[in-house]
Amino acid sequence: MCTGIMENTRVAGSGKGPHGWFPLNQASVSYDHPDHARAERAVIIDFLNETAEPESRVSVELTPQSARNLVQAILASLSRGEGTL
Amino acid sequence: MHMYRTDMYEGMIAETVMVPGHNGTVINAYFARPLGSGPFPGVVLIHHAPGWDEWYRETTRKFAHHGYLAISPNIYYQFGHGAPEDIAAKARAAGGVSDDDVVGDIRESLGYLKSLPQSNGKTGLFGTCSAGRQTFLVACRTKGFDAAVDCWGGRVVMSQQELTPKHPVAPIDYTKDLSCPLLGLFGEEDQFPTPQQVAQHEQELKKYGKTYEFHVYPKAGHGFFYYDRSGYRQEQAVDGWNKVFTFFEKYLGTAD
Repeated sequence: MCTGIMENTRVAGSGKGPHGWFPLNQASVSYDHPDHARAERAVIIDFLNETAEPESRVSVELTPQSARNLVQAILASLSRGEGTL
Repeated sequence: MHMYRTDMYEGMIAETVMVPGHNGTVINAYFARPLGSGPFPGVVLIHHAPGWDEWYRETTRKFAHHGYLAISPNIYYQFGHGAPEDIAAKARAAGGVSDDDVVGDIRESLGYLKSLPQSNGKTGLFGTCSAGRQTFLVACRTKGFDAAVDCWGGRVVMSQQELTPKHPVAPIDYTKDLSCPLLGLFGEEDQFPTPQQVAQHEQELKKYGKTYEFHVYPKAGHGFFYYDRSGYRQEQAVDGWNKVFTFFEKYLGTAD
């Protein structure tokens, strides 16, 4: 929360945490200082279930460029899978 | 800076305790203190955005080692209990804690320290990262602290677009109410806050005739005290810690 840059979105799907698969209902996307990644700033994505225990979380810290690459990959896969290419 | 000899006695106790929090809540805190009757100065540590974690426990003990009654309240208690990084993620998703909650929690910890029979009556405030911002905020909105140390607190300067119901006022706008001397440590390569924002804050402190020291370290970014993160800068961290203890000794005194 050093930057205050955070976007939440509702999601539906599943994530795999330390105790196995669990249902997801929220993705929290922030741009902040990472805990672990060797970068000054990162895009931090937490896939969460608000009603489950706190460890029901899948977290990634991506360098800004790799976050952009991920967005492109997601859009490309959606485009191909849904036949809109 | 507090020095000690090889032949002196030293002991401390460090444990989790329950203390009053904002609005009549009871929250957990990590409390480390030197053994003995003192009197000792006190320090309240506000933990950073990564959570109420091991680094803050270590730092709490570090202050006790240097002769302070040191307490670090869990300001994320409202998000439940679990691994610190998981609770920090819940806090992050919720947009953090509100400024009112932090001010209330820290005010209660200040009262707790001052009520102790070992207290010398002087108390400092310390925070890094998001807690650097909160340290400045609390030092402006609370009376009773005798010195405050803001380490690289971002968002002291905030645009209108950054204000939220939880953070409705930019801390810089409280500068005229700053109630104690302020030490600020920053990295020249940091972007949260930028050197320009630090300079803007310094201008405001000058404008209101506040007692402060700001140090902006070259070749350092954000969080340069954190030895377990890539932003650690040994030379700047050693000098920064010396400045912290010198500053607190000046305004809080030392243990007898």
